[in-house]
Amino acid sequence: MPGWIPASDINRRIWRSRAGRAGVLLTGGLLAAALVAAHVGPPDPFASVGPPLSAPTLSHPMGTDDLGRDLLSGVAHGTRTSLVLAVIVSMLTGIIGVMVGALAAWEGGTLDDLLMRVTEFVQVVPRFFLAVLVIALFGPGLERLALLLAVTSWPWIARVVRAEALSLKRREFVEAARALGAGGPRILLREVLPNLLPPVLVVVSLNAAGVILIEAGLSFLGLGDPDVVSLGYLANNAQRFLRVAWWMAAFPGAAIAAAVLGLNLLGDGLNDALNPRFES
Amino acid sequence: MPSRYLLRRLAQVLPTVAGLLVLNFCIVHLAPGDPVIALGGEHGDAAYYAFLRARFALDRPLPEQLLTYVTNVLRGDLGTSFVHGRSVAGVIAERLPATILLVATALVLSSLAGLGLGTLAARHGRRPADLALNAAALLGYATPSFWLGQMALLTVAVGTGLFPVQGMTDARHPQTGLAHVLDVAHHLALPALVLAVNELALTTRLVRTGLLEALGADYVRTARAKGLPEGRVIRHALRNVMLPVLTVIGSRAGMFLSGAVLVEVVFAWPGLGRLLLSSLLARDYPVLLGMFLLISFAVVLANLITDLAYARLDPRIRYQ
Repeated sequence: MPGWIPASDINRRIWRSRAGRAGVLLTGGLLAAALVAAHVGPPDPFASVGPPLSAPTLSHPMGTDDLGRDLLSGVAHGTRTSLVLAVIVSMLTGIIGVMVGALAAWEGGTLDDLLMRVTEFVQVVPRFFLAVLVIALFGPGLERLALLLAVTSWPWIARVVRAEALSLKRREFVEAARALGAGGPRILLREVLPNLLPPVLVVVSLNAAGVILIEAGLSFLGLGDPDVVSLGYLANNAQRFLRVAWWMAAFPGAAIAAAVLGLNLLGDGLNDALNPRFES
Repeated sequence: MPSRYLLRRLAQVLPTVAGLLVLNFCIVHLAPGDPVIALGGEHGDAAYYAFLRARFALDRPLPEQLLTYVTNVLRGDLGTSFVHGRSVAGVIAERLPATILLVATALVLSSLAGLGLGTLAARHGRRPADLALNAAALLGYATPSFWLGQMALLTVAVGTGLFPVQGMTDARHPQTGLAHVLDVAHHLALPALVLAVNELALTTRLVRTGLLEALGADYVRTARAKGLPEGRVIRHALRNVMLPVLTVIGSRAGMFLSGAVLVEVVFAWPGLGRLLLSSLLARDYPVLLGMFLLISFAVVLANLITDLAYARLDPRIRYQ
């Protein structure tokens, strides 16, 4: 179990773990690339700017697709789409998960039982296939997908929060706050939540990696938001030209793998930072 | 295994299955437009829709509709695919064996190889071999299966010509008997390998971490002190390491199936993935609903099997 390490120490500890350092660099690099995406290559990834199916050249470092659209621009914008979705879903799942988990641990009894049954049920629902069904019936859209992934991804966080909160509830500093006359909500907000943050962040970053994979898979099946470029859409488009244009498949997929790897490493690094036992 | 644990665990399945049925029902009714479109697809005529309305009691109050829906599903009646002109259950059942073959092969492959590689890495703790395996596992776990499939097609299948590019059999040379089995195995090899990579990477990491921890435990020191050969000691420790590995693999059934579907699309493997794609393109909603239900039930079943296997491995669970 993670020890209780002051939050200010976490940054330093992540940097000390090899996985954490790699994760910070990789995720940070992709984020930076995604943020400047609008200024990389031709600004509109849907615009035809060169000859179709051109192999990587100096002016189009990742080549062009069948309609002469610049792939570097597509990959940069697609990475931004993936990361924006991952951030939105992470914030929503974080809020739902922490609320459910903290409530279950704090109230205990029937409410705890009820919330845990719901948690177990949501955990069973295969979220990729639910997303396929909902998008097929309701139509595509990034906001819809974000909402759907948020309401199906929180159980993992809720369980971690509940377990942590249950053990925090009994610790001396919480007892002390109670002895000083602090009420339940105040203790929860001021004493318990700040200590929950690090373990929640581990789960959130691993879940964000899963979200990116799910979105990529959905767009690969042609279920992505038609108004934004996504990496899965690029990979789907590449499938028809595998034999003639390897670059169309290679770069979008590599970007997905890099984003997922970065977030997984970040999660590992956080975990290392919290688990002094495994420090190398 | 004591039947009390089995019964208690089986009893937990019922509310889950009921919940999944209600969820499916809600999706049908929340979808924009008439629920009959979701149940019959967009290609039906007035007479067909009237027939469906009667069969699903769509002009009755909601609770009655739910009851009719649940009864129909439990009887194995998932509706009719207007595109295929046959029952949804029949259409899905036809595609199921190919997917099961692919998924089972990949799972056996990833579990056995993961166990071996994880043990190898742990025994080489923190030396180059371990570090290389660990890095490869991290990379393998992060790679989307459909991209890996595309790259495998590009390099191995198209590049070297050692493996067929698409499908499950060679349509130009239909085979029978043993030749047919070999033909299928030849087509199966690449997609199964690709699908196995994510799970293999995860299993390797879990076995490595678990074994590294277990090899420092007191019971392992005791086993060594008694003079047991290293192979026996490892086997002893692996039994404990298997528990978390089993839980993680079991809990990823949904994830694994989504990977299978995508790999099938890349390799044109004639299973559920191809059916999913063609049903999406044809807006064949009954098939999509049926597949979602089937896959959710498969996940419930996978969790049940995982828990029962866990109870077999860990006596503490059985006698709780």
